[in-house]
Amino acid sequence: MRHDGYDDLLDAIEEGNGFYLACPEDHGSLPPRRVCPECGSRELAEAPLPDSGEVVAATTVSVAGPQFADDAPYVTAIIDFGPVRLTGLVRDVDGEPDPGTVVGVGVAETVTTGDRVVAFRPR
Amino acid sequence: MTNVRIAGTGLTPFGEHSGRTGRDLFAEAGLDAVDGAGVDPADVDRLYYGNFMGELAEHQGHQGPLVAEAVGTTAPATRVEAACASGGVAVREGVEAIRSGTADVVLVGGAERMTDMGTEGATDGLSIAADDLYEIGAGITFPGAYALMASAYVEANDVDADDLAHVAVKNHGNALPNEKAHFRSEITIEDAVEAPRVATPLGLYDACPISDGAAAVVLVSEDYAEANDVEAPVSVTGTGQGGDRLALQDRDSLWRTPAAEDAAAEAYADAGIESSDVDCAEVHDCFTIAEVLATEALGFFEPGEGLAAARDGRTARDGDLPVNLSGGLKAKGHPVGATGVAQIAELTELLAGEHARSDAVENASVGVAHNAGGTVATATVHVLQAEDAEVDA
Repeated sequence: MRHDGYDDLLDAIEEGNGFYLACPEDHGSLPPRRVCPECGSRELAEAPLPDSGEVVAATTVSVAGPQFADDAPYVTAIIDFGPVRLTGLVRDVDGEPDPGTVVGVGVAETVTTGDRVVAFRPR
Repeated sequence: MTNVRIAGTGLTPFGEHSGRTGRDLFAEAGLDAVDGAGVDPADVDRLYYGNFMGELAEHQGHQGPLVAEAVGTTAPATRVEAACASGGVAVREGVEAIRSGTADVVLVGGAERMTDMGTEGATDGLSIAADDLYEIGAGITFPGAYALMASAYVEANDVDADDLAHVAVKNHGNALPNEKAHFRSEITIEDAVEAPRVATPLGLYDACPISDGAAAVVLVSEDYAEANDVEAPVSVTGTGQGGDRLALQDRDSLWRTPAAEDAAAEAYADAGIESSDVDCAEVHDCFTIAEVLATEALGFFEPGEGLAAARDGRTARDGDLPVNLSGGLKAKGHPVGATGVAQIAELTELLAGEHARSDAVENASVGVAHNAGGTVATATVHVLQAEDAEVDA
């Protein structure tokens, strides 16, 4: 099933043109969104997602739900890109990356279902 | 505004009830509460019922009238869903219905049936308390989300994640005499530290079990209690609820829980108390880190100091602020929709001197219940006070 807005973001990241939604007050958020959750502005415009971000926190998940059963164990992390943060899998790392580790963003497929997922790799 | 009293409580044992339906579990707890209160089911004006994953677990929606029927009433009944805070929000709805004067007798309850889903199914079911697009699709499980919060806490405060084991050991010990608890076995620090990791840094003993069970309380107005000679020595004197962004990635801090801070501030102001007046607390320890964050949000300890307080025994049975004398979610169990109501039931019995752990808080007058939904995007706090309690506001 396609989720308009969010899948548009994944398409854009795959093409190297990641974006986020910015309001006139420069608050960032992710699609789908009609209102800035910080200030309530409805004037949202696409702005380019920074090329790299820093790890805020990471964990290795060993007990997964059915959507990720064959992926476990896997590393998932929250990454700070400045205006927005994204959550996704971290690939090509041994263990969890330390906070502050710089990563780039891409899109990968899960082992279990083949669904697209936000994926980060060290820069 | 009328005083809201707790006239009766009911709890099923928390644990595995394979084959039993949610409606049957709730009937057991609800009827115990009604019978204990000495209230005719026909007097129930409203029913609020906490349940989180009934559609997934039992293919059953519209559970309000279903469970009302199960306890013998056709009173207006509403299911309340706020993830793991469903029960706490149901309690709040009941309190406000009585305070508003629209009800004199409210049956508040909750139930969840989870064990038949298996670990993978329950893990999937619990995960839907998170943001489907931003988090679940990115591999976030419920333990994984709290693991990220724990990682951020450890990083921000330069503390040792192994100290979380003290919370697990304490709550297992507290549950030993609690006949309703899912786990009644002692564990050691070594057991907890050396257990397999579920989501680093959290291990098997940092997590609450997957449980079936139900809880219920009967709330009555003071007028009703006096007119009907209902004995109800414990009152709900404060209620608060707070909210936050759903996805962890959108929070200002991964290790602070402002929804719970706001709920506590509202509940304390409502009751006219300060955090220093609290004698004991039942808090939402779905994971050990959650108890630490709760004790900070409730104002018992400064942000970043809750883990050290747990390690130093301050929240132990013989500490200056006993937390989760019931065993908490960690050992008592966590049938999601029942949890917030069960906390009220356990606190009522503690304050009334009728709980297996009441000896730890003799002459206690003020107890606080903290119930959190998801990664604390929803939180409720309730203040309970024993009759004749004297509190310096």
